[in-house]
Amino acid sequence: MSVTTTTTGPVWVRRPAEQGWLAKLFDWKPFLIVICLLPAVGLLMTFLTYPLGLGVWLAFTDTTIGRSGQWIGLENFEYLLEDPLWWNAVFYSVFYTGIATFAKFGLGLWLALLLNQHLPFKSFVRAVILLPWIVPTVLSAIAFWWIYDPQFSIISFLFVEVLGIRDTNIDFLGSAWPARFSLIGANVWRGIPFVAISLLAGLQTIPPSLYEAALLDGSTAWQRFRYITFPMLLPILAIVMTFSIIFTFTDFQLVYAITRGGPVNSTHLLATLAFQRGIPGGQLGEGAAIAVSMIPFLVGATLFSYFALARRKWQQGEAND
Amino acid sequence: MTKPAAAPAPQDVAAAAAGPETMSWDSRSRRMVMLWLPLACFVVILLFPFYWMAITAFKPNAELYDYRTYNPFLIGSPTLDHIRLLLFETSYPRWLTTTMTVAVCATFLSLFASTLAAYAIQRLRFRGSQYVGLAIYLAYLVPPSILFIPLATMVFQLGLFDTPFALILTYPTFLIPFCTWLLIGYFKSIPYELEECALIDGATRLQILTRITLPLAIPGLISAGIFSFTLSWNEFIYALAFIQSSENKTVPVAILTELVTGDVYQWGALMAGSLLGSLPVAIFYSFFVDYYVSSLTGAVKE
Repeated sequence: MSVTTTTTGPVWVRRPAEQGWLAKLFDWKPFLIVICLLPAVGLLMTFLTYPLGLGVWLAFTDTTIGRSGQWIGLENFEYLLEDPLWWNAVFYSVFYTGIATFAKFGLGLWLALLLNQHLPFKSFVRAVILLPWIVPTVLSAIAFWWIYDPQFSIISFLFVEVLGIRDTNIDFLGSAWPARFSLIGANVWRGIPFVAISLLAGLQTIPPSLYEAALLDGSTAWQRFRYITFPMLLPILAIVMTFSIIFTFTDFQLVYAITRGGPVNSTHLLATLAFQRGIPGGQLGEGAAIAVSMIPFLVGATLFSYFALARRKWQQGEAND
Repeated sequence: MTKPAAAPAPQDVAAAAAGPETMSWDSRSRRMVMLWLPLACFVVILLFPFYWMAITAFKPNAELYDYRTYNPFLIGSPTLDHIRLLLFETSYPRWLTTTMTVAVCATFLSLFASTLAAYAIQRLRFRGSQYVGLAIYLAYLVPPSILFIPLATMVFQLGLFDTPFALILTYPTFLIPFCTWLLIGYFKSIPYELEECALIDGATRLQILTRITLPLAIPGLISAGIFSFTLSWNEFIYALAFIQSSENKTVPVAILTELVTGDVYQWGALMAGSLLGSLPVAIFYSFFVDYYVSSLTGAVKE
């Protein structure tokens, strides 16, 4: 009995211990780490970090297309400081970012609060709402260009023919201020979905027990929003706002597609001005200087939204870091 | 909240009927004004440009420029003229295939790089791996508007100017940070014990990655892939700066630079081009909405 079990029992086959040197190399952790990080870090170093440095260097040279430049120190920046177009672009970039961010977050938060209630077809509505964010910005910008057409604008048609509020067509893109606000409108339209969906995700993480407790204590809807929803939403709001500010400030596509900086250069953002001077204009050094001049604003905006809004850790009294 | 707390006694029902009745009506109309009306406004405003784009693309020119005799919100006699013009008299099909090639290649390149990087950072923990992760995340905050001028000079020196390779190699700069961050979060959710078991069973690290971690991370890979595809399809500034010849342009750039000619814009063809250029992304998106939303929200939450 015992003899048969020993003979028919599981036969131990010795695993072939001698692996190839290649397999051994791939099992050696430091080598594996290097191999795994190499593609990502290599690509980012070559096409992100190096160009960032190169861009800063170009800003201090007088490079043009086809001719490598000389080091000219701060000359590009001195020139920019006296350039009314640059000041105009700085003003409009700040104005555009400020107004658009404010509107996007106001409306986006409202939409998120609406979507956070019990709705039929909730996921369908959510999917539909994200569409403006999915579709290529330039293509929806072209649609806006058509909507803002001086002669055949559908908005003008609504106001003049249907509602009878105005007598003349609205001149959306023909003069400075209307053009500025039209672009902001298009940017807000495109930005609302992202803000709303991200904030909705934040809203869904707030435990309902907090609201139940507040209801028992007889709180009003406003108090629940002010003392529960808003503070709980702040950390995610800070992150979304940082992203939104950075990508609104450096926006290029909308302005380039709809007005190309016109009328009379009134709607140039820093990015479109840098493009115009750098690529079609050929003044790579000057374009790079304009692009580099965006960096302080970006760092400032990021620090502001991070430190002004992301205070949850301090409020909870955790270790400062 | 508005429901009566307890069932009232029968004789009270008649007396109280007016109360709950008005209250429920009140709450329903209140819900109408506070919820449905604003929501409907949001949906209409957010979708109107697409409706307008679609309706313009199929309108004959006679209707397009005459709002008085034809209702501008409807199409009297739909026509495929604009789409025919686009497909057969411009190189639109060529632009579409170029865009598709660039988007697919850039997506696969960044997925490959970021899967390995995320695996190294999250699973092969090493000293300073957190900082590598943070550095990759910070790379996402560098906007393309700052990089395109130095990148243009680089692309020119490397001899890649006006080739699709210029785009395939530069798009990963904004795709890799995002995908890596997303996949780190995904790998974190896969139990480490599974890998330990495999290690005990004698699997090599590469076998663990290909046989255990990657199959479990497929939803994450799909999300990252969809995101990368839409981002590269939508990219504009690099494609505008690095591509010059008409046949190598991507759809967004080509529509803006090749179809907008002269003073009279062909609005029908422009809108048809925008519609066709948006469709691939929209269709792709509609199949994977849930992945998309979860990746968007997951990345923000991280």
